Amino acid sequence: MERTGAQILLECLLQEGVESIFGFPGGAVIDIYHHLPDYPALRHFLVRHEQGAIHAADGYARATGRVGVCLVTSGPGATNTVTGIATAYMDSIPVVIITGQVPTPLIGNDAFQEVDIVGISRPCVKHNYLVKDVKDLAWIIKQAFYLARTGRPGPVLVDLPKDVLQAKTVFEYPESISMRSYNPNLAPNRRQVRKVTELLRRSRRPLVYSGGGVISSDAAEELTWLCRTLRIPVTSTLMGLGAFPGDDPLWLGMLGMHGTYAANMAVGHTDLLLAVGARFDDRVTGKISSFAPSAQVVHIDVDPTSIRKNVNVDVPIVADCRQALRGIREELEICSDLPDWSEAHQSWLEQVSEWQRDHPLRYTFSEEPIKPQFVVEKIYELTKGEAIITTEVGQNQMWAAQFSKFHRPRTFLTSGGLGTMGYGFPAAIGAQVAFPDKLVIDIAGDGSIQMNIQEMATAVSYNIPVKIVILNNGYLGMVRQWQELFYAKNYCATCMHLNPDFVKLAEAYGAAGFRVTKAADVERVLKEAFAVPGPAIVDVVVEPEENVYPMVPAGAALTDMLLV
Amino acid sequence: MRHVLSVLVENEPGVLSRVVGLFSGRGFNIETLNVGPTLEDGLSLMTITTSGEEQIIEQITKQLRKLVTVVKVVDLTHLQSVEREMVLIKVNAEDERRAEVLRIADIFRCKVVDVSGNDLTLEITGDQGKIRAIVSLLQRFGIKEFARTGTVAMRRSMQVD
Repeated sequence: MERTGAQILLECLLQEGVESIFGFPGGAVIDIYHHLPDYPALRHFLVRHEQGAIHAADGYARATGRVGVCLVTSGPGATNTVTGIATAYMDSIPVVIITGQVPTPLIGNDAFQEVDIVGISRPCVKHNYLVKDVKDLAWIIKQAFYLARTGRPGPVLVDLPKDVLQAKTVFEYPESISMRSYNPNLAPNRRQVRKVTELLRRSRRPLVYSGGGVISSDAAEELTWLCRTLRIPVTSTLMGLGAFPGDDPLWLGMLGMHGTYAANMAVGHTDLLLAVGARFDDRVTGKISSFAPSAQVVHIDVDPTSIRKNVNVDVPIVADCRQALRGIREELEICSDLPDWSEAHQSWLEQVSEWQRDHPLRYTFSEEPIKPQFVVEKIYELTKGEAIITTEVGQNQMWAAQFSKFHRPRTFLTSGGLGTMGYGFPAAIGAQVAFPDKLVIDIAGDGSIQMNIQEMATAVSYNIPVKIVILNNGYLGMVRQWQELFYAKNYCATCMHLNPDFVKLAEAYGAAGFRVTKAADVERVLKEAFAVPGPAIVDVVVEPEENVYPMVPAGAALTDMLLV
Repeated sequence: MRHVLSVLVENEPGVLSRVVGLFSGRGFNIETLNVGPTLEDGLSLMTITTSGEEQIIEQITKQLRKLVTVVKVVDLTHLQSVEREMVLIKVNAEDERRAEVLRIADIFRCKVVDVSGNDLTLEITGDQGKIRAIVSLLQRFGIKEFARTGTVAMRRSMQVD
């Protein structure tokens, strides 16, 4: 039986196990929407802006580990996804973006709603396709999903001209894929693994620095085993939060620009840095030349380009993090003369706990105005790490990372690499669609939330009960903090004059709205908001000039921290 | 240091811009770039000359390998290889100097591919050194037009020290 391209696309999505699609229709993709009701297993969520669709697909992917799917029309529909594509690309999130395109005879003619989205998205996708013949559609979709989820995951875009969607052919889904030019290396090199165990055996001050790769390769269990068994303290990037239990005594918290004192000092003094699925981003390393100055560096990453891009590495292991960590475990298990790890690392662990004890994360409590850190602590206290937390970008994001604890992977969703304001709320919608029974909270700032606030309509219309907690300081707080510290308090264009009344705004959309101004009310109001059956906004009026500390000024060494 | 990369790619639309975009987007430099189909259907070979520190070249080759449409990348720099480039030069050659130009062309085994009353167009192939030499010799006559292909290169079968 012959089917149209649009039907074939939907059949392919079924075959890939897709359940949820986040999208926005338009002329170029109207054929897909025409057939969508025939596929009730594919739930479509109509967003209010295409950026919302791509972030929701991204949030769905981060929360589940599966490929998120976003469907938009040509031209402006496609370009509106670019920020979200770049966000997913920087954080290696598997997303397939399906964009409509003008009919093939019109391509290149500046047709209505035509844009070269394959060209525009090229620098920020793992790969992309323009389908020119309906006969190629099935294998391209198969490849797109395969590329998105394997190796170092990432976004893959498929551009579908309208005439291809209307053309007919027989549908056959290819069973396997063979690509001569794409064969990611997943298994670690045995000799390199042996070198790592040798280094571990000799090290007296080892430190694990884990990243998002641990989460995307589902290696949290292996990482936790290694650190607990060998008694190695652990720090992680923003993207790596949740891979190691946040209440474990070996956990030092995040490192880097807003990392903990203990984590940054540990990097400064370690003799063996085991970097797992992390890429030495500049927000993490600070001044490269003084990063881990006395350490030998082991770097495990599935992407060879990550290795030696920023720092010199003594033992590179190009492999899937999970397989590499398993390899190390197997190697250790066949060693006979292993040291008593607690004893070997005792003085190091003492030193590390001294740093933790002497310089914990802290803030000065105040009843009114409320301190934002207090709100984050309360959220953690009430949810006990059972919620999925998303964030916007800026101070809210850093406080969420610092003052929450994350015990399980895929419970903290944030735009790490690109730092995309407006990410958190639509991502929370995506996560909530995947886990309707979980509590999903977007920790937001008053600036960021306004970048995709229109998705409130999406949340309300599908009754997606996401809770937004706005740490409302009336500023673009992180930039204001930089202006205060490094630009002579010239608060140019960072004061959010005339913020909307967020309570009324929530109500206007049909959601619940709450406002808190006193610390004593925070717990009660949060509880109330979390108990509301639908989406809600909690507008917390916080101290306007509170800063995120510790802070390593850009370009300084990690050990040069500004403390509270 | 100058490096010559031989890059085998899937011959499909957009592959050139993927490669070029990688260089420009990451701030790498391309000195010459040459592309043509291979004997195998669906594959093209690019020869790219670039320069940079070892660490940059390592990044370039790794980033190229990461592109889904790139099949193989070989850095020919540390191998024995054959490098050639073809250049067309239109040089001033009025009557009294024509013989001299032809003599140089002869020494360099150039072909004369076009003649007029005032100029000669020469076709030269060779490695970079040879091209540089003839260009500097012809410059005093006045070069009117100059077109070059960029390097094509191949690994030698025998890798003799």
